[in-house]
Amino acid sequence: MKQFVNFVRKEFFHVMRDRKTLLILFGMPVAQILIFGFALTNEVKNSKLIVFDQAKDPASQELIAKIEASRYFEVERSVMNEQQMEAVFRQGEIKMAIVFPAGFNSGLLHEHHAQVQVIADASDPNTANMLSNYLSAIVMDYQSTRSKSLVLPYRIVPEVRMLYNPQLKGAPNFVPGVMALVLMLVCVMMTAISIVKEKETGTMEVLLVSPFKPILVIISKTVPYLILSLVNVASILLLSVFVLELPVNGSVLLLFGESVLFIITCLTVGIFISVKTDSQQVAMLISLMGMLLPTVLFSGFMFPIENMPYPLQLFSNVVPAKWFYIIVKSIMIKGLGFEAIWKETLILAGITVVLLVISLKSFKIRLS
Amino acid sequence: MESLYAIELRKITKTYGKEKQVAVDEVSFHVNKGELFGLIGPDGAGKTSIFRILTTLLLAEQGEAWVEGFEVRHEYREIRKIAGYMPGKFSLYPDLTVAENLNFFATVFDTTVAENYELIKDIYIQIEPFKDRRAGKLSGGMKQKLALCCALIHRPRVLFLDEPTTGVDPVSRKEFWEMLKKLKMQGITIIVSTPYMDEASLCDRIALIQYGKILSVDTAENMVKNYPEQLYAVKSNQMYLLLKSLRKYPEVLDCYAFGEYAHVAFKNAFEAAPLEAYLRKEGLSEIEMKAVEASIEDCFIKLLKS
Repeated sequence: MKQFVNFVRKEFFHVMRDRKTLLILFGMPVAQILIFGFALTNEVKNSKLIVFDQAKDPASQELIAKIEASRYFEVERSVMNEQQMEAVFRQGEIKMAIVFPAGFNSGLLHEHHAQVQVIADASDPNTANMLSNYLSAIVMDYQSTRSKSLVLPYRIVPEVRMLYNPQLKGAPNFVPGVMALVLMLVCVMMTAISIVKEKETGTMEVLLVSPFKPILVIISKTVPYLILSLVNVASILLLSVFVLELPVNGSVLLLFGESVLFIITCLTVGIFISVKTDSQQVAMLISLMGMLLPTVLFSGFMFPIENMPYPLQLFSNVVPAKWFYIIVKSIMIKGLGFEAIWKETLILAGITVVLLVISLKSFKIRLS
Repeated sequence: MESLYAIELRKITKTYGKEKQVAVDEVSFHVNKGELFGLIGPDGAGKTSIFRILTTLLLAEQGEAWVEGFEVRHEYREIRKIAGYMPGKFSLYPDLTVAENLNFFATVFDTTVAENYELIKDIYIQIEPFKDRRAGKLSGGMKQKLALCCALIHRPRVLFLDEPTTGVDPVSRKEFWEMLKKLKMQGITIIVSTPYMDEASLCDRIALIQYGKILSVDTAENMVKNYPEQLYAVKSNQMYLLLKSLRKYPEVLDCYAFGEYAHVAFKNAFEAAPLEAYLRKEGLSEIEMKAVEASIEDCFIKLLKS
């Protein structure tokens, strides 16, 4: 036991003395949360819009005022003709235009029928879709306020309620994703590199020719990264609560418990990579390509898994990050308890056990 | 189990890779208890492979080996308790200080620095002034001393030193061999590998090795004494022409470059005058000849050719 404690202490020396890596380890989650929170967002806010108003009547003015009042749009300017409009689109700064035909108001009043044209720059299809939906909603809203006095035969009004995230913020989506990403990086890559480093420098040879159990060498190397990762989880949660104003709705203790499980999963992957590789570069490449990429692609954090072809959906089931992502989302955002996520927890634990068995089996007590 | 020898190898063979490249070829020798044994051969001769097999880091394909009576394949746990190993690259943690390195290796072997301080005192005292310095910042000789301290900290019964003097300056090399002599007096069996032939005489017995084969095992003294021919050192103004001419000379049995001299062995009794006349006729000048004693290197060359 004393041997083990001493070994872990030595590992901490390694981690603490490598200042640059330490800075990256602690800086990375902070930077990622801030970048995802404030820079890389797909929320639409104050999108610039141009107006081509050929009507210039009370109805069109009212509708424009309504659009401008919403937080989604900001009327950049008006244009006088189609050529101007096209030129503005080509410049690329404007994503959307609204065109009122002449006689908009009179059409509404006398024929109970009027048209507006909405033109969107669909080179980014998601944004174009989102913006046109917002704009249609505003138009519908205007229509319903106007037609209150009128008696229609019947109408269906959908009352939409956005559960768990009523303001449609991006944070609930990416905070769990960033957590999975950071833990993956720290645990898989750093563990793999630190073990392979001992092989590379030859210290592993000396450690193997000692009464100290080889498996304990490996386990004690993972302890600092386990603790480091928990610090990272804490810092991500603090940032998300205090900077992004995204509270943890469920039990924090449960969240930490599940994080420990996922960290252990990642550590076993790291050990496995370290057993199979002999140089730090290879270990790093495999960790990045083999683990980070699937985490980003198949956890559902960036791309919805339901939209993928079936084989890829199947594959996503073996990506541990997917299950962790679901668990964190359930606890943090939906505020659910263990009874809601026991299945995912069980799957994650299963993957961990399988990985653990594989990496312990492939662990060598000799050099080759 | 009490055994006769500290180390014993019987027909150990080790190959690498798919092509079955032979690194160690049916090697057999033994090391007596308390002996300072040298494994001498050039780079790539198979020295490190033999060390790794003996320290249980590699498995041999064929043959058997024992360290202090423990078989290397099955009783590796026992060997790992009693062996001290210093690999070719001095394996230390460059980001830990001298004292931290030593303490760490002491705990790995479940002992303390204080417990065996007597054994390493002479060596450690030389690096003690730098005990708070990071090991990565030490000079080559210092690193070597620290690595030796780390390998000794658990008072091993057998000490394996794989090329401990490679890349170390001549003064430190000399000091290092002094240290080994002192350790030997403590009753520790030491097996050292080295590519330097001049270190052979510092060992009790040596094994010459090349291409994974043991060429000869004996004391350095005996090897030199048993060298069959009288050797002569010949020098002139042109080395290449000298060698070429000597090889054409009918009386010459063998000849090869040896530093600034050519070492020559003759078939019959050596006669200086006719040889000198012959060499002058070949266009050489500044000719110098003298009888020399064979060195270990001469023995090595002789063994390689036979």
